Amino acid sequence: MRRLLALVIVALAPMGPALADETAELIGDVERGERLFQQCRSCHQIGAGADNRIGPHLNGIFGRTAGALDGFRYSRSMERAFGDGLIWDLRTLDAYIENPRALISGTRMSYRGMADPQDRMDLLAFLRDNTASPQDIPESAPTAVRREVDLPPEILAIVGDVAYGEYLASECLTCHRRDGGDEGIPSITHWPEEDFVIAMHAYKRKLRPHPVMQMMAGRLNDEEIAALAAYFAALD
Amino acid sequence: MTLNRRGFLGAAAAASALAAPMVRAQARPRVVVVGGGAGGATAARYIAKDSQGAIDVTLIEPTRTYYTCFFSNLYIGGFRELSSIAHTYGTLAAEYGINVVHDWAVGVDRDARTVTLAGGGVVGYDKLVLSPGIDFVDGAVPGWDLSAQGRMPHAYKAGTQSELLKRQIMAMPEGGTYVMVAPPNPYRCPPGPYERISMVAHHLKTNNPTAKIIIADPKAKFSKQALFEEGWQKHYSGMIERIGPDFGGENVSVNPADMTVDIDGEVINADVVNVIPAQKAGAICDAAGLTEGNWAPVDGHSMVSRMDENVYILGDATNQGDMPKSGFSANSQAKAAAMAIRGALTGSRVFPAKYSNTCWSLIAPEDGIKVGAAYEPTAEKIASVSSFVSQTGEDAALRKTTYEESLGWYAGITADMFG
Repeated sequence: MRRLLALVIVALAPMGPALADETAELIGDVERGERLFQQCRSCHQIGAGADNRIGPHLNGIFGRTAGALDGFRYSRSMERAFGDGLIWDLRTLDAYIENPRALISGTRMSYRGMADPQDRMDLLAFLRDNTASPQDIPESAPTAVRREVDLPPEILAIVGDVAYGEYLASECLTCHRRDGGDEGIPSITHWPEEDFVIAMHAYKRKLRPHPVMQMMAGRLNDEEIAALAAYFAALD
Repeated sequence: MTLNRRGFLGAAAAASALAAPMVRAQARPRVVVVGGGAGGATAARYIAKDSQGAIDVTLIEPTRTYYTCFFSNLYIGGFRELSSIAHTYGTLAAEYGINVVHDWAVGVDRDARTVTLAGGGVVGYDKLVLSPGIDFVDGAVPGWDLSAQGRMPHAYKAGTQSELLKRQIMAMPEGGTYVMVAPPNPYRCPPGPYERISMVAHHLKTNNPTAKIIIADPKAKFSKQALFEEGWQKHYSGMIERIGPDFGGENVSVNPADMTVDIDGEVINADVVNVIPAQKAGAICDAAGLTEGNWAPVDGHSMVSRMDENVYILGDATNQGDMPKSGFSANSQAKAAAMAIRGALTGSRVFPAKYSNTCWSLIAPEDGIKVGAAYEPTAEKIASVSSFVSQTGEDAALRKTTYEESLGWYAGITADMFG
């Protein structure tokens, strides 16, 4: 209800930032921004058919109220930003991408920040390309997340044993916080099960580099990974 | 449901206050946990949380404010406030319904299944968890005993000892000498003495750059040695001298009255002497008759004592196999034990135990390193199945990330312990 109300307010705002950019002022290099977006892709989808994954989809991010997408479970901090009426525009997105936790202290986004201002503008130019508004360029090509590891469908189909996952998760919770807090160690709470499974198999095969995670994932079998994925997805 | 636990927590006389939960507990199985550190607090919390009230949990811990040993070196180095490593038990009592008793456990009657408290109380149990940490071996460093800890601190149990050591280091005269007497294996936190050296060096380099650091070390090798030595060369060149056993580092005595250290016949006048003696299981393990030599042997499948099926022992006090004595290890072991205890008392599912450990150390600002391993139980011991360690020559960005990761771990594990 609260969310609906705020959306209405956004819609009525006479000068949404997206509209303010009606002249499509050039802010950066879209193609370069698309390449920079590679580092975002493991969590965010954008373009036709984009859906919420570990992070919310980013179609129409310009002009969107922070924390406003239905069907995505935001951190408490992001919900507070929603309550405060934070709107994603060039200025707020730039600040957020530069240092996510400086803007949203308890965000679950495990991204350290992009220091270079030109990089940020290029990335934002790409994101703006995917924001539907009158002046916008046609939708960019579908950018479905390329899987890091090709897993046979039977592995992805395993239904995780949540009770087993709860025990196994106690090992994860020494470092990863159950509440999704992120201070130097990323949140793994509320990840879509498939993304969780793929990430763990990527560590297991040493495609992802972190040595602790390679070790942890290395000794988990397919059922154990599925159990963990089920547990973390189902957390309150 | 709320049998005035807050009142219980605050009660001065544990003996009289114990009456209430004892009466109430008749219908529910009782678990008593001795020691509120990384092993005990975690075990109490997981048993209470996962049994959802089906098990009556009492946690016995003498201190009201617990200072974690991990990160106490960062306090000494000036990277943390002491208050940032201080924790209390209010959440475990209020939100998890754990009976927190601030008293010393002084005896265990394993036949009657009771724990005796210094304050005179007696607490009955169905399953007992001992997680008392370490005590020091008497006479390990000739000339030093606990009565000398006010002059020559160990600072190997965090809190007032950490404060004292830091004060002494800050008060060192220009060009003064800090001596560490390092412990023999096995001991709590294998990289701990060397992280401490790094933190002392960081402080002295900034405030007293002509001061000297001497380590008398009975061990030929130590944890993450190549990484520490590389870091010391890089950040604190010429400041640190380590005397290993080949130069008499194991032949050490101290004289607290005149603040001297005798290393293999050479007498050194020191301004600070940090004596970290040889260690053994916390005294309650011996009092309960559950030790063999200095440590308490356990079965790695559940951390149950090899001498009593109703007693589980966690963390530094145990002899379990390959896991280092660390807060991370104790926390990991506590979860396996909590699961086994719930299974035994309530019939909940029990899965095969898995263990892990990672130890982060800070060498200099934003220069963090780590070592870790995964473990699984065998019939004989908890055995290492895979491991990793930071590499020499890593770039500054990776070291910074490793340090930041350690901060995240601290937040994570303390939330996992104290709720």
